[in-house]
Amino acid sequence: MEKRVVFRSRWLPYLLVAPQLAITIVFFFLPAGQAIWQSLLQEDPFGTSTEFIGLENFATLFADEHYLASFRVTAIFSVLVAGFGLAISLVLAVFADRVVRGAGVYKTLLIWPYAVAHAVAAVLWLFLFNPTLGVVAHWIKGLGIGWDPLLDGNDAMVLVVVAAVWNQISYNFLFFLAGLQSIPKSLIEAAAIDGAGPGRRFWTIVFPLLSPTTFFLLVVNIVFAFFNTFAIIDAATGGGPGQATEILVYKVYKDGFKALDLGSSAAQSVVLMAIVIGLTVLQFKWIERKVQY
Amino acid sequence: MNRHSIRVVRLAVAGALFAFAAGAQAQVEIQWWHSMTGALNDRVNDFAKGFNESQKDYKVVPVYKGAYPESMAAAIAAFRAGNAPHILQVFEVGTATMMGAKGAIVPVQQVMTGAGEKFDPKAYIPSVAGYYTTSKGQMLSFPFNSSTAVFYYNKDMFEKAGIDPNRAPATWPEVMAAAARIKTSGTSQCAYTTGWPSWVHVENFSAWHNVPIATRENGMAGLDTVFQINSPLHVRHWNNLKEWAGKGYFTYGGRTNQAEAKFYSGECAMLTSSSAAQANINRNAKFKYGVAFMPYYADVAGAPQNSIIGGASLWVMSGKKPNEYKGVAKFFTYLANPARQAQWHQTTGYLPITPVAYDLTKNAGFYEKNPGTDVSVRQMLNKPPTANSKGLRFGSFVQIRDMFQEEFENMLAGKQDAKTALDNSVKRGNEMLRRFQKTTKE
Repeated sequence: MEKRVVFRSRWLPYLLVAPQLAITIVFFFLPAGQAIWQSLLQEDPFGTSTEFIGLENFATLFADEHYLASFRVTAIFSVLVAGFGLAISLVLAVFADRVVRGAGVYKTLLIWPYAVAHAVAAVLWLFLFNPTLGVVAHWIKGLGIGWDPLLDGNDAMVLVVVAAVWNQISYNFLFFLAGLQSIPKSLIEAAAIDGAGPGRRFWTIVFPLLSPTTFFLLVVNIVFAFFNTFAIIDAATGGGPGQATEILVYKVYKDGFKALDLGSSAAQSVVLMAIVIGLTVLQFKWIERKVQY
Repeated sequence: MNRHSIRVVRLAVAGALFAFAAGAQAQVEIQWWHSMTGALNDRVNDFAKGFNESQKDYKVVPVYKGAYPESMAAAIAAFRAGNAPHILQVFEVGTATMMGAKGAIVPVQQVMTGAGEKFDPKAYIPSVAGYYTTSKGQMLSFPFNSSTAVFYYNKDMFEKAGIDPNRAPATWPEVMAAAARIKTSGTSQCAYTTGWPSWVHVENFSAWHNVPIATRENGMAGLDTVFQINSPLHVRHWNNLKEWAGKGYFTYGGRTNQAEAKFYSGECAMLTSSSAAQANINRNAKFKYGVAFMPYYADVAGAPQNSIIGGASLWVMSGKKPNEYKGVAKFFTYLANPARQAQWHQTTGYLPITPVAYDLTKNAGFYEKNPGTDVSVRQMLNKPPTANSKGLRFGSFVQIRDMFQEEFENMLAGKQDAKTALDNSVKRGNEMLRRFQKTTKE
């Protein structure tokens, strides 16, 4: 006999989803709606004079070469963060999966960085890479490489990418490890008996079977790089030197909260929202096809 | 918890404490939002405590609301929600924004006369008062903590490099001659550095040489102001800085006050930064140091003129009850007391903003005991301020300063020459000014 629970009452199902709906509406739809409305206005910070200007905020933005440069910076930053974040944590997870003794300690240590707040992580790396005080900066200089994140845009980018990746590795690591442990050992053993080496076993069996996890993490990491890294940028470089590390979300924060240009800041966040929605749709449409569940 | 609910809880807690403390007596509470940390925060609390104990009708509650941009953003959000503080401390670059917010603020002069308190704008140092006064002569905010850019140098390092430690380099060529000596003698890897690049090398540099930063009296006479910082003199100075950076005489220290640490840690031999840095330098430096006037170019006619201020002033927000404004006025009168002004100046390193406070400090022998502490005042009073040196007023100046500094960094990184950097600064700055002009009706 089939067991099914059916709601007899008409209002109960609505009541049960109401909390979730309320949260979504209050914390997502309302602010998003307000951002869209604000992006069409031009007003002074105190809101004493408001003028509806249509799409002028957007027109100004896209005519600004520095805003367009920010797209390039964001693209480079996100690709680096997601790429390195995934690659390094996958390697670590594969090793952790093989460790026999002391696996608990090893895993715990790898998960630790996730507990560190983004801004703290940024300051930590800032100290390590500080041209005068930092240990790492000292090593780099010892190798005869110039290091000055205050003036060299590439150095500054390296700094924020390292801080962001370090912060995100633990999260990725956890998911990869779980993914690896759910791959049936029999498949790998069968391949081993057929004479496949560790490299081949990884690329033909483990990696494809891991693809749902990888895909999920790719989406999460891109979103992380786009949205959650502004504390790192703020604490480490403040978007400089020049605009070398000014990613889109940092510019939203800077223009809105520091410079009090609400119209432009709102327009930027609407653009950002469109990009992330677009990226997520793309990822699900194109990449998900290649994912084997 | 979001910001709003935190505020609600805070208010509830504050309210509960207040109700408890006040008992049956109906005291009028005055909220004062500020951005002072550390020892400065203690001084602010002392002011409030002293005032609260001096009378029974009003109670000033100082609240630290984060750094300047944060407290300003918080106050704006609070204003929009209808519960702004009575008094808000706003940094000097936010002045134009506050002035543009006609309905959000009450001019301090109006608050004082409305409450029948004595208030004389002429009691303040002209270049301080002028900063907060409209083109029509109305003083809008209450000057509180002002500083200016000065020159610091490490006397021990000068001695080691064979330079007379009792004579500070007065001009930029002298600074660079000293830098060369310090470098070549192997005294230090870092000869000269600077805090606040835009404030020192654009704003104060222009005033000190009596050249305009922008038209319309540096924006003080109208919103239709246009930047003029790509003049030959500006280009010459930035180009020098670029060359000196290339030779290793000048080390870039970041956009805010990070360079100060490079100086007091003994890494860099010379520094230009805020006069308010002196308290920190005093506490941390393990060497003898000197404070002197900002360097200048001797061949520029009229230089040195006088320097301009940084720091913050107190603004009174609109929409409060008359009785509350009376309390604000009484508190301002309390703050304006010369003895308190003098003490504030002596304990914090901020400028004495009234000549009376300066005289009090001088007569008490404070400057003899603490050499260098009067440099900032003497620099401000060096000459009567001109249209180029009485201050500046630009909308969106937080953003514009960042733009100047971005161009400066790109120049030092070798991506562009001084002329291009300044041309770009002017172009980008003007775009922001026009945008601000559109949102603000005069």
